[in-house]
Parts: sequence; structure tokens; C-alpha cells
Amino acid sequence: MGALNEAIRAGRRVSEHRPWPRAVVSRESWEQAAHRLHAGEWALVGLWGERDFAHMAVIERESGDCAVLSYACEGNRFPAVGRMHPPAIRLERAVRDLVGLEPEGLPDTRAWLDHSKWNLRHPLGQAGHAPAAPSVYPFLPAEGESLHQIPVGPVHAGIIEPGHFRFTANGETVVRLEERLGYVHKGIESLMAGASIQRAAVLAGRVSGDSTVACALAFARAVEAALGVAVPPRAVWLRALLAELERLANHFGDIGAICNDAAFAMMHAQCGLLREQVLRAAEACFGHRLMMDCVVPGGVAHDLPGDGERLLLVLTAGVRRRFPELVELYDNTASLQDRTVGTGILSPQLAEQFAAGGYIGRASGRKFDARRTPGYAPYDDLQFEVPVLEEGDVNARVWIRIREVEQSLSLIDEILRRLPAGPICAPASSPPAAGVSEGVALVEGFRGDVLAWVRIARDGNVERCHVRDPSWFQWPLLEAVIDGNIVADFPLCNKSFNCSYAGHDL
Amino acid sequence: MRRLLLKSLVHGPLTEAAPTRDDASVAELAARVDQAARRRLGRTLAIREVDAGSCNGCELEIHALNNVLYDLERFGLRFVASPRHADVLLVTGPVTANMREALERTYQATPDPKWVVAVGDCARNGGVFSGSYACIGGVSAVVPVDLHIPGCPPSPIVLLKGLLALLETVSAAGPRNGRPT
Repeated sequence: MGALNEAIRAGRRVSEHRPWPRAVVSRESWEQAAHRLHAGEWALVGLWGERDFAHMAVIERESGDCAVLSYACEGNRFPAVGRMHPPAIRLERAVRDLVGLEPEGLPDTRAWLDHSKWNLRHPLGQAGHAPAAPSVYPFLPAEGESLHQIPVGPVHAGIIEPGHFRFTANGETVVRLEERLGYVHKGIESLMAGASIQRAAVLAGRVSGDSTVACALAFARAVEAALGVAVPPRAVWLRALLAELERLANHFGDIGAICNDAAFAMMHAQCGLLREQVLRAAEACFGHRLMMDCVVPGGVAHDLPGDGERLLLVLTAGVRRRFPELVELYDNTASLQDRTVGTGILSPQLAEQFAAGGYIGRASGRKFDARRTPGYAPYDDLQFEVPVLEEGDVNARVWIRIREVEQSLSLIDEILRRLPAGPICAPASSPPAAGVSEGVALVEGFRGDVLAWVRIARDGNVERCHVRDPSWFQWPLLEAVIDGNIVADFPLCNKSFNCSYAGHDL
Repeated sequence: MRRLLLKSLVHGPLTEAAPTRDDASVAELAARVDQAARRRLGRTLAIREVDAGSCNGCELEIHALNNVLYDLERFGLRFVASPRHADVLLVTGPVTANMREALERTYQATPDPKWVVAVGDCARNGGVFSGSYACIGGVSAVVPVDLHIPGCPPSPIVLLKGLLALLETVSAAGPRNGRPT
């Protein structure tokens, strides 16, 4: 029996939590978990808090078992996981800001999401705290002869989201990058608390606009797990169709934008066209270019129209015709390869330690895909490969995207071929008789695994919901990969990561 | 690369001209924006985009304006890297408390005369995020807004129409904000 199972058995099991087990564990067991994360036996996939409790979601690497461990905070304190396992640090800084719990021994106690601009403190904790006094954010020192700093943001030069980057450089070479995020924190989890499931689903679909399908799907599956709702087969397959269209659109956008940051505009133009074709097909089939609000708890909001299958087959056939020559162009342009090969290398050790999801992890040897582990329908019944490379540079992250485009195309074709008939939404159910229930889900978005955890109250409304974007574990790695690269290569590294600011800041 | 370039030459531009409904409205917009832009602003209007807390959906669609099918620059509209180069601020999001100061400072850094376009449903009044402790709730609560383009997010066509509407407002009344003092 795995250590995770033992930890759950030793704790006080929470009965209405599905599909993974959740247990309230002892201090010793919580600290032991931090050690197991540090040792690499488990991967951290989420850490969040609420009044009186800290929670962490973990996956046991060997068995693939998933579970949520909870710690009942005494005096609003819990042993910091980040003390042993650095990927938890920013999550714990956020718990500290939002809930007011104190992670004991946290190596970095600077505020993270709270920039002292709200008119309250600890919005998810006990109310009534006066806002934090404004203070200057202390960036980490970087000292040495001939070092200079380059502050960038929060308003950037391109059409991108806001965040602050503080570079310390020695001539052209970056010796330290420190990120400061939180600028687009909207308080989504507070808005979800007490909201109806329908309203919370709309909010979940706006956690990160580029991953609206993935976030809405994670939320919907968590709710369905909590309430024991059986989603009709056709809806399950349509959800996968939506998710693969979203992956295609984003990968095209990214491949083009990465090349554009190496001043190779032709790829950008060609990939932009492919992206636009995907979005137009999505609008024709599901009524929204980004497919917002298409995934709803219980199923999907729109069925594929009569000519939908034909439209999508025309799309995939067109992409299959055009994309290979673009891949060839990318592969055979020496000036472009000169910029992407060997740039921004992420070591497999760091990718593994941070449980980096998506193309970032897979370009650095981490063969993880939530569609496989823990896995969910209909992917258990679909043919696809999970591409993995070892190099970990910008080039590898481009190639993972290229391979995933090919996989998504064949997935879309297979889904269309085998799409079951029937209803697209489960009948609306009355609030659960059992009372409070909880659910959790892990969904593979284009950027990586999205975690959603939800507690449904007795009245059928959302009591607490936590959505963890993959960017939480990817942003810190960007600081690592730029180290020793030149400043001019930062846009390439950044775009090859394409972390979400909105998804992270929530 | 040679083959692709040659193909592009032979096939002509991909920029839309075919007579579907959307294509027609783009063509119509092209002519109208062109005239108005030349009359009022001398061929070109420089736009600085500011994300003040959006979910990044609006940014994706604003990006799409630059793709070969919409080709925004043919209208004389182009995105610039600095507010100091801009005539228009295109602002998205419900304006988070954490972005308020950055938005104000970006506005102040934009030379007069200037116009502000709020993009997206949450830029009007906070949209689905209104009521949050972390959101101011709408761009106009922070800087004066000349035009609002609705949608969640607005499609590129709607964005284009909105920018045209701005030009018409401008020609009718002149700049509402930022008259040189």
C-alpha cells in the first residue's frame, strides 16, 4: 500500500469528498507530507486555505494515487510546506494574504497578491481586518560590481497581461530575474463563495480567458463529482472536442508568437491564420470564438449543429495541408533555430520538482498529462500520444506544441467519428440531500493541468471553490531558465512558457 | 521558405475580400475608417493597449486584429509600445485595485489629445467581477472613457466597428478629454 493511502488512513477521513479521498491529518503527518514532496515521492498539485484549514492536493508519483490532505490550523497557523518544498512558497504566500493563515517557517513572508490596495485584509478569512499599510515591495538583492537593474511592467510593451519583471543584468547577461505578480487579482474565489453553481461556472470560465474551456471543465467536473451527477456520454465527448479545439488555437498562437519574438514574422502570420480558422469554426459550431460558457456543470450548453461535423473536418483537413510546410519552415530556418535552440533551458530536475505541467514539463522530460493520470473520460477511450523531449529549451517547447497540434487533430477526427448520440446535459438536480459535499478535478488545459476543488453547501450554492492554474508552478521556473541568458532572449523564453497572469492572480 | 513566399505571391493576399457577411462589413469598415482617419488624424491612429485586470480573453481578440484576415494596419490603426506614442488607450478589464495606479500613470503618460476606449463587458462596470473587494468596477471610475465596446470578449469585427465609432465621435465633437491646457 502506498504512503499516500497510509496518510489518508491515519487521518480523519472526510466522507463527502469525491473522487479522491480527503483526510484531516495530524501535524506530524502534514510535515511528513512536506518531506515526501521534498523527496520527490509525491507531486504537489495544489495548496489552498480557508478559515481554520489548510489543504494540499498531491499525486503519488509511483502509484498515481491522488488525495487531498487537510490540516486543522491551531491559532491560525500551519507548518509551512514551502520550508521543505519550494514550489509551495508562492501558494503559501497567497494563503497568507487571502485567508490570513500563518505558514510557520515560510522562507519568504513578503505579501504576494495583496499589494495593500484593497480596502480589507484576508478576504477569504475572518472579516474585519483593516487593510495593510502601503509599503515598498522589497525585491531580493543582487549585488556586485557592474550589475544594473531593468524594471519592466506592470504595463508591458506588447498586447499582454500586466506583471512586473525586475531584471538584474551584467551587461547583456541576466543574472537574476524576479517576478512580481498579483496585478490582475480580481478576487474570483471570494465572488464564488456563496454564489449559485451557475454563476460560479461563469466565473470559472473567466479565470484565464485562453483556458476558458479547461477551467470551466475543471469546475464542472468538480461540481459533478461533489453532487454525484452523471454526465451524458455525448456531452463528455463534446467537452473533449471543445478542449482539443482550445489546445489547437492556443498552440497555433504560441508557435507563431514565439517565432515573432525572434523577428520571424512569416510564421506569426501563417500561424495566426490557422488560429483564426479554429476560432471561426468554434464560433460556427458552438456560438463563441473562445468557447466561453460552453462547458456547464452537468454537460455542455450547445450541441454540435447539423453541419458542425463537416465544418470541423474541413478545418482539420485544411490544417493538415498547411501545417507541415510551416513545421518544415521552422525546422529549416537557421536564423530562427539560432535563437530557439539552447535558449532558456529548464532542467528535468526542476521540471520534476515543480511538477511543471503541459509543454513546459514535457519539453524537460516530465511525462505527465492529466488526460492520462489521473485520467478522465473520454480520453481513456481515445488514441493519443503524449510527446516528451529532454532538451528543455525554447526549441523543445515549440516542438512539443507542434506534436500536440498533430495529436489534437487526430483526436478531433476520432471524436467526430465516434461521437455518441443522446442528450447533452444531465437533468437539473435538486440540491443534494446528504448536505455538504465536496469534489475535486484535474483537467489538462493547453498550458498544463488545472485543478478545481469545490464545496457545495446544504443550500446547493458554492461554499468555497479553489481553481489552481498551471502557471503557479511554471512562473517560478521562468526565473530559473532566464538565468545566464541575454536580456534580448527573455521575450522568447517568456513566450515559450506563456504563463497566465490572470489564471495565477485569480 | 522560398516555396511559401512564392505561393503567397501567386495566391495574392489572404486579407479578407470574399463576399460573406463579415467580409462585406470589413470592406465597408475599411473604406469608412480610411476616410475618417485621414480627415481627422492624418492617416494614422496609434493605439496603446492596457490590460487593467482582464481574464486575457479581450487581449486574444485584440491580437487577432493584427492577423492577416483583419490586417488592422490597412486602416491606419496600429498598436504602439509606449503610451507616449499613443493617441488612444484601449483598456480592458474591470480595473483591479492592484492595477489602478498603473492605469492612471499610463493615462498621464499619454500626450494630449487622447481618447480612451474601454473594451469588454467588465470594462464597463466590472461585469461578472463587479462587487469584488479587488475591483474598482469599470474603466470610467478611474479615467474618462470616450467609448465602450461591449462583448465578452468582443470579436475582432466588433472591435473594428468600435474603433470606427470612435473616429466618428471624434469628428463630431473633438477630443473630450485632455484638451491641451
